[in-house]
Parts: sequence; structure tokens; C-alpha cells
Amino acid sequence: MNSTFLLWFVLSPLVGLILVSIVPEVSRKAAALFSSGITAVIAIYAFVIGQDHSILKDWSMSYNWFQFGKYAVDGHKLFEVKFELGVDGLSLVMLLLTAIVSVIAVLASYHLNKGTKPFYQLFFILQIGMLGVFASQNLVLFFLFFEMTLIPMFFLIGKWGRFESEKAGYQFLIYNGLGSAFLLFVIAVLLARTGTSNYSELVTILQSGMNTVSPISENLKMALLVCLLIAFAIKLPLFPFHRWMVNVHTQANPAVVIVHAGVLLKIGTYGLIRFAYGIFPEQVHKMGTILAILGVVNLLYGAYIALVQKDLRSVLAFSSFSHMGIVIMGLAAMNSAGIQGAVFQSVSHGLIAALLFLIVGMLESRVGSTSLQKISGLAKVSPRMAGILLFGAMASLGLPGLSGFVGEWLSFVGLFESHKIIAAVGTLGIILTAAYMLRAVLAMTFGNTSDEIKEVQDLTAFEGMASLVLILAIVLLGVAPSIVNNSIMASVDFILQGLGGI
Amino acid sequence: MTWKALSTFQWETMGPEIILIAATILLLILELILPKESKRKVIGWIGFISLVASFAFLCTLFNHKPTQLLYGSFKLDSFSILFKFILLIAAILVYLVALGDEKIADRTEYYTLFITALLGAMYMASSSDLITLFVGLELLSISSYILVGIQKRREKSTEAALKYVINGGISTAITLFGLSYVYGLTGTTNLTEMNIALSQGMASSNEFLLVIAFVLIFVGLSFKIASVPFHMWAPDVYQGAPTPVTAFLATVSKAGGFIIILRIFLSIFTAAVLNEKGVTIFENMQPVVGILAALSMIIGNTVALKQSSVKRMLAYSGIAHGGYLLVSFVSLSPFMFESMWFYLLSYAFMTIGAMTITYNVEKQYGNDSLASFAGLGKSNPILAFFMTIYVLSLAGIPLTAGFIGKLNIFMSAFVTVKGFYWLGAILLITTVVSYFYYFGILQHIFFREGENRKIRVPATHLLVILVCAVVTILLGVKPSLAYEVFHKMEIIKDFFAA
Repeated sequence: MNSTFLLWFVLSPLVGLILVSIVPEVSRKAAALFSSGITAVIAIYAFVIGQDHSILKDWSMSYNWFQFGKYAVDGHKLFEVKFELGVDGLSLVMLLLTAIVSVIAVLASYHLNKGTKPFYQLFFILQIGMLGVFASQNLVLFFLFFEMTLIPMFFLIGKWGRFESEKAGYQFLIYNGLGSAFLLFVIAVLLARTGTSNYSELVTILQSGMNTVSPISENLKMALLVCLLIAFAIKLPLFPFHRWMVNVHTQANPAVVIVHAGVLLKIGTYGLIRFAYGIFPEQVHKMGTILAILGVVNLLYGAYIALVQKDLRSVLAFSSFSHMGIVIMGLAAMNSAGIQGAVFQSVSHGLIAALLFLIVGMLESRVGSTSLQKISGLAKVSPRMAGILLFGAMASLGLPGLSGFVGEWLSFVGLFESHKIIAAVGTLGIILTAAYMLRAVLAMTFGNTSDEIKEVQDLTAFEGMASLVLILAIVLLGVAPSIVNNSIMASVDFILQGLGGI
Repeated sequence: MTWKALSTFQWETMGPEIILIAATILLLILELILPKESKRKVIGWIGFISLVASFAFLCTLFNHKPTQLLYGSFKLDSFSILFKFILLIAAILVYLVALGDEKIADRTEYYTLFITALLGAMYMASSSDLITLFVGLELLSISSYILVGIQKRREKSTEAALKYVINGGISTAITLFGLSYVYGLTGTTNLTEMNIALSQGMASSNEFLLVIAFVLIFVGLSFKIASVPFHMWAPDVYQGAPTPVTAFLATVSKAGGFIIILRIFLSIFTAAVLNEKGVTIFENMQPVVGILAALSMIIGNTVALKQSSVKRMLAYSGIAHGGYLLVSFVSLSPFMFESMWFYLLSYAFMTIGAMTITYNVEKQYGNDSLASFAGLGKSNPILAFFMTIYVLSLAGIPLTAGFIGKLNIFMSAFVTVKGFYWLGAILLITTVVSYFYYFGILQHIFFREGENRKIRVPATHLLVILVCAVVTILLGVKPSLAYEVFHKMEIIKDFFAA
């Protein structure tokens, strides 16, 4: 294995970018599927091979990108920004999730019938950004890929959505731009005051309290952590930064929402674990209770609002928001079970949200609406679609045996260990989740067949294939959670070491 | 001067300027002797060749050792070479835009004045004497006053010229008033001698005078860089002036303003140590400049939100970008020169590119309102694509030059021990505010429907658009291309060497 493997992996969506630009319109969708398929195959290959963690070191690459100033200490260049890629078990899981969700999104976009060329071009740029975020070992590079997801997403939301999608796109841009600003502040301060932006060098420098360029006081560290928390809280999103996310979920094209809910929100989890927990463990430790409370607020608030929504999309939007609360609760626990739970919940929610929005896409292309009042009795007209919807709901509310359960279980176990009372309050959320999910899904699947859906066709072959992939993945993770947990174990241990060393 | 003195004179150090002076004279003579009916565009192309020649000559001077001529009133050091590099590149691009300008293409003075204005700016970069600095400043100013009003039959152009002259006159007076204080205190106009005089303890007893001088000079010169408090001329003048002139004001003239600010303030006020406090006048005044920088960023970016004319919007965004550069200036860090140089360089490319496209859209639709850009993504996808690059770069999105420039400014602000966190934070927040109007342009281009009119772009403009876009991306993807040029020089050492 040569060391440019990761570079090719991250840049593999370029194949799609080029293909969709040159092939005629009839074969464009096939080209997109082909390219996302290639990326997925590489991701699966990397994930399988990468289970032997000793090989991961050989994959990391470093390339001199540019340097500010020409300062050096003991032959070690300062203020140098390198193009550094590398992965660990955690990144591998995220990369695999990205690749799979992207394939599903391409399949979901088959309903699209105008503007497919720019759609797929932007989509593949977005995919490069997402893959790069999880593979970069350098804060500046991370930011670069992070922003590379922002701009295509703005266009994807704004141009191919519902009536108010332009507004949603703007809201997405401004909220996330603000988040990026906080993140860039942290990155620039760290780079300027330590002289490096390499992730592992920063961990060493900050934890040992070395003074490489300029001093970093305890107050400054705390301020930087708060900035990081805000940056990723917007991405995740955490209460009270969730307005934009709900609008994106309800207004954007379903294929875009699949990517958004499936992967982009998870950058928040990933960033929190990697940067907030990795670089500022001491400061994070002080925030445990606040985070736990925020997580529970997220869970309950989102679930409560989801209970009164009149549209499946809105229900799912608040459900996503609510589920992110569980991620934060897991993180707030600061123990092995909690952090594992947070990662697991992120992955599982990515798959479940993709499945549910796949159905939203099917309904919209057939009925033109996902209103709970207009749709009822789906089970009679198209039993397979109704079945999948029910399956998705069950997975989402945490039915044992499916992936949603494992994430919730681990997060709660973790939180009960550290914050018993808060966790106890949080369990209410499980009941609420079941309530809103069943309320929405039962209303749609059973009852009298409404006029709007009389003519609805059942799944097409492609839709069936996409659903099947996701269903298999959700069941697989539900019965064999160790697939994810073994992979991330080393990374979680590393984070815990930082947290425990206080 | 005898023949011997003339022959030992190091002519080559002034080469770029001499070429331009010769070109100016040649252009004026040609205007006189060419028959009336012959096209004046030929004159324009001769001017263009002289600019390229001057640039080529400058490139040969890169390894020249620092030299002083004419009793220190002309200085060739890495600072002057590097900043003239920006001035000449920007001027060449602006000049190409002007050559494609059909309305005024037959006016010789149009071409001549660009060169004289550039000459003024270049002389400022090379001068270390208040007299020649001021002459350079005035040469730049007076030439640009005429350039703004060159379409004398167009009401807006005349109005802009008048506003520009009056504001410029006031600001010049204020600058001179401030300079008179430092001259009075030190008794010399030579910056190096001033530096020595002030560093020998004269500053403490005259702190009040020096503070007044600092404020007056800064306020006066803020006119040239269009920052608070002398920014209000920018929107009207940018909108009224012919677009190539607007591009000139936004890039060459602005860079010239920063050059003279760096020269004067770093030479004079960083040396003036106040004994009892142990700080220099410059450090003493950092909060004041910091507040002005913050105001520039805030005012520029918030007022731009409400603009419907793209040129006015770019004017306000220019005010904000001036504020960004001042953040780096105020920090007085090891990255100050580097970040300002890189930012001015990348700003020149992205602004000239954006202005050129705006100019062509304006020509086709009759006005430069945002609505004219509606549907550009469909009707002129190539122009829309390039405009997107410039706008993203202006907004500071990664993979464009604008991002690296901003990151470098942050480095400059945060690297010093005290760290200018508030300024950095304001810079970031106002950048997010700026997304509203920058992406408003993109929103019109891609999301809105508009008339389906093809825009025919002159060949020279096409070249400019292409070059600007390529460089904007290149500097974002591989910034070391520019940094390697910069790091060849010992700018900090040269600048402060007596």
C-alpha cells in the first residue's frame, strides 16, 4: 500500500465530477452512481483492511504545502501548513458512512429531472469535502474541506428544493458560516501561538504546556474550547442553534437532506471528539454537566416539538435534532461507554435518517407532499414502502436488535455512570421518541386510503435496492455492534487517556 | 551635475520609473504629431508595452542589494521592490481593462494619466523622504482626480470627480498639517534621520505633539485607503468613475495608500520611545488605529448589505477590506509585511476580475444593479463561473487567494504576546456578515431568472478575467508560489536598516 492511497480515496469523487460533466444526459445518472459506487468500494476496502490498525500508519501522507514567514526552531519549521492526511479507526467509520450515504443520495436523486449536471457536479465537490474532513490530520486542511462542504451545500439546498429552499439555503450558509468563523478563530489562534496546525503536535504541545511561540493562558484555552463548542454545536445542531437545520430538512431536496442528515451533522460529533476532546481535555472536563444538560434539553425539546408536527418532514427534522441530543449526552458522560455511544448513535442516525428521507423522496415524487393529513392508508396501496417506513421508525425509536438501540443504550449507560439525575430525566426522551414516531408513521400507513395516494406505485427496483442496503446495514449494526465499536476503540481510548490524565 | 557624477549614478535602480517617465513623454508627443484622424488606440498599446517593460525591469532588480540615491530621497530596498511588484501587476491588468473600454478609448490623456498615477504610487514605494513621498502622493492623487472625471459630459462622472477632488484636498491638507509637526520636532524631512532623532529620547518630552501628528497623518492618509474616517467618498466615486478607473482606485491607489502609511508610520512612530512608559508612540496609538480598523470593517460590511448597485457594493466591501489590512498593520507583528503584501496582491486580482465582469454586465444591461446579474448563470455561464471565483475569494472561502490572505492576517493579529483577539473576532464576524451580500450576487446569478442576453466580452477583458481567475485559484491552492517570491527578500531587516 503506498502512501498516496488516502489522497486518491479523498479525491475519488473527481471521477464522478469529470464523468457527469462530459457524458450525455441519458447516462449521467448512471455515471454518478458508478462514481459513488467506486468511492464506496474503496471505503469498504479501506475499512476492512484498516481493521488491522498497524497498517493505518503507512497510509498517512504529508506534503509541504506552504509556510507563513520563514521561521524555524532547531531545524523544525514554524508556522508551516502541511497537506497531511491520515486516518484512525474513528475516521474509517465516518468515511465508510460518508461513502454509503452518498450512494443512497445518488439513488434518491433519480427523481430529479432538471439541472442534473450542476447538481451532480456540486454533489461530487461536496463529497470530496466530506471525505477530506474525516481524513485530514491538520486543522487548516480540516477547515478547507469543512468549507468545501459549505458552498456546494448552499447551492444544492437553494436551487433544488421546495418553495422556500432559497431562504433555507441562506440560513444554512449564515449559521454555518458563523460556526466556521468560530472554528477558524480557534485554528488561527492555535497556529499563530504554537507554530503548528498538525493535530497530534497540538495535542502534545497543549497538554505538556510547552511554550513554542507565544504563551497560551488557561483563560485563553477555555475561550478557545467555548469557541469550538459553539462551532460544532451549530453544526450538530444543539439547542438554540437548530432553526437552520429544521428549515434545511423541510425545504431541501430529499437527496440533499440524506447527505445533510446522514453525514454533515456528523461532522459536528467528529469535530467535538477530535478537537474539543482531543486538544482541550482538561477544559472539556469542566463542561461535563453543562453538556449533559444541553443534551437532555435537545432530546426532550426536539421530541416534544416533533410530537405536534403535521408533516412527516418536520417530524423527521425535529427527530434528527432530538437524536443529536443523545450524541451530546454520550459525549458528556466522558467515559468509554458514553463516547462509544455518541459515535455509534451518529453512525446509526446517519443510516436511519437516510432511509427515512429516502421514503420522503419517494412520497414527494409520487404524491408531491408528505403531509400527515393528506396521506393515510399507505399499507394498502404500496405495502413495501409502508413496511420500510415502519422499519425506519422502529429503528429510529430504538427497537432492540436494530442499530438505533445500541447507540441510545451505550449513551445512556455512559451518562448514568456520571450524571445519574440528568440521565434519568433524559429517559423521558425515549418515551417521547416512541410517541411521535408512532403517531406519524401509524397515521400514514394505516387507516382509510386517502384520495391523494390512490394511484401511488410501490417501490421501483432502484429504490428497493437503496432501501435494502440501508436496512441490511441497520440490522447488521444492531446485531453486531462490535463492527463499529472495535474499529473506534483505539481512538476512544486515546481520547479517554487525555481526559483521564487530569 | 558633471558628466562624471552622472555616469557613476546607479541608473538601473530607477529603471522601472525611468521607463515610465520616458513613456509618458513619448505618449504626449505622439498625441501632438499623430494626424487627427488616426486611431489613438495605438498610443494606448505603446503605453501598455512600457508598463510591461517596466515590470520586466523590476524583475531583474530582485537580487539588487539595497541602495540609496539622491541623498536618501530614493531608496531601492526589498520593501520597495515587493510593493512595486504589486503596483505594476495591478496597473498592467487595469490598463488592459482600459484598452477594452470603447467609450474613452480615443483619449490619449486617459492612457497617459494611468501611467503618471502609477508613477506617483511607485515613487512612494521607493521614497524615504517626506518631500518626495508627498510629491508621489500628489502625483497619484491629481492624476486620479482627472481620471475620475474624464467623461466630462457624463453627469455622474463629473459629480464623482468633484467629490473626489474636494475630499482629497481636505485629506491632503490634514496629512501635511500632521507632517509639519514631525518636521518641526526633528528638523529634517528624511525618514531615516527622523527615526534616529526620535529614538534618542526626544519623544518623551513631546508626547502630545507626536500623538497629534500621528492622528492627523493617519486620518489624512485614510483617504487613500478609503477607511474610516475618510471613507465616504468611495461609494460615489466608485460608481461615478469609468470602471477601469474604479478598478485602479480600488487596487493601485489603495496599495499606494498602504505603502505610504507603512513607510511613514513604521519609520517615524515605532522609533519614538516614551521613556517613562517604555512603549513607543506606535504602541501607544494601537488602540486608536484598532478602533478605526474595527469601524471600517463594521461600516463597510453592514452598509454594503443594503446596496443594489454592484459597484457601490464593491466600494463598501473595499472599505471593509481596508479594515482587514489595518488589523494586520496595527498588530506590528513579524507577519505584518507578509500578510499585507499577500493580501494586497490577491485583493488586486480578485477586485480587478470582479470589476471587469461588472463592467461588461453594465455595458450590456445599461446599469450595474444586482438585477442585471439575474440569470447570468444561464445566459453567460462562463462569466458566471469566473464571477463566482472572485466573489468566493472576496468572501474568504478556502481554495481561493482570499482565504490564505485572511489566514495570514489572523496569524499577524494573534502571534504577538498580547494578541489582538477582539480585532480578529470582529474580522471574523464581519466576514460572516459579508456573506450576505457576496452570496446575494451569487443568488442573483444562479437562482434568479433574467433576460437571456449574450454578453460579448472584448479580447483584452477576456484575458484579464482569465488571468485574475487563474491566479486567484492558484494562490489559494499553492500560496507558496507568492510566498517564495516574498521570502527571498529580507524585508524586515532592510526596512529598518538605517
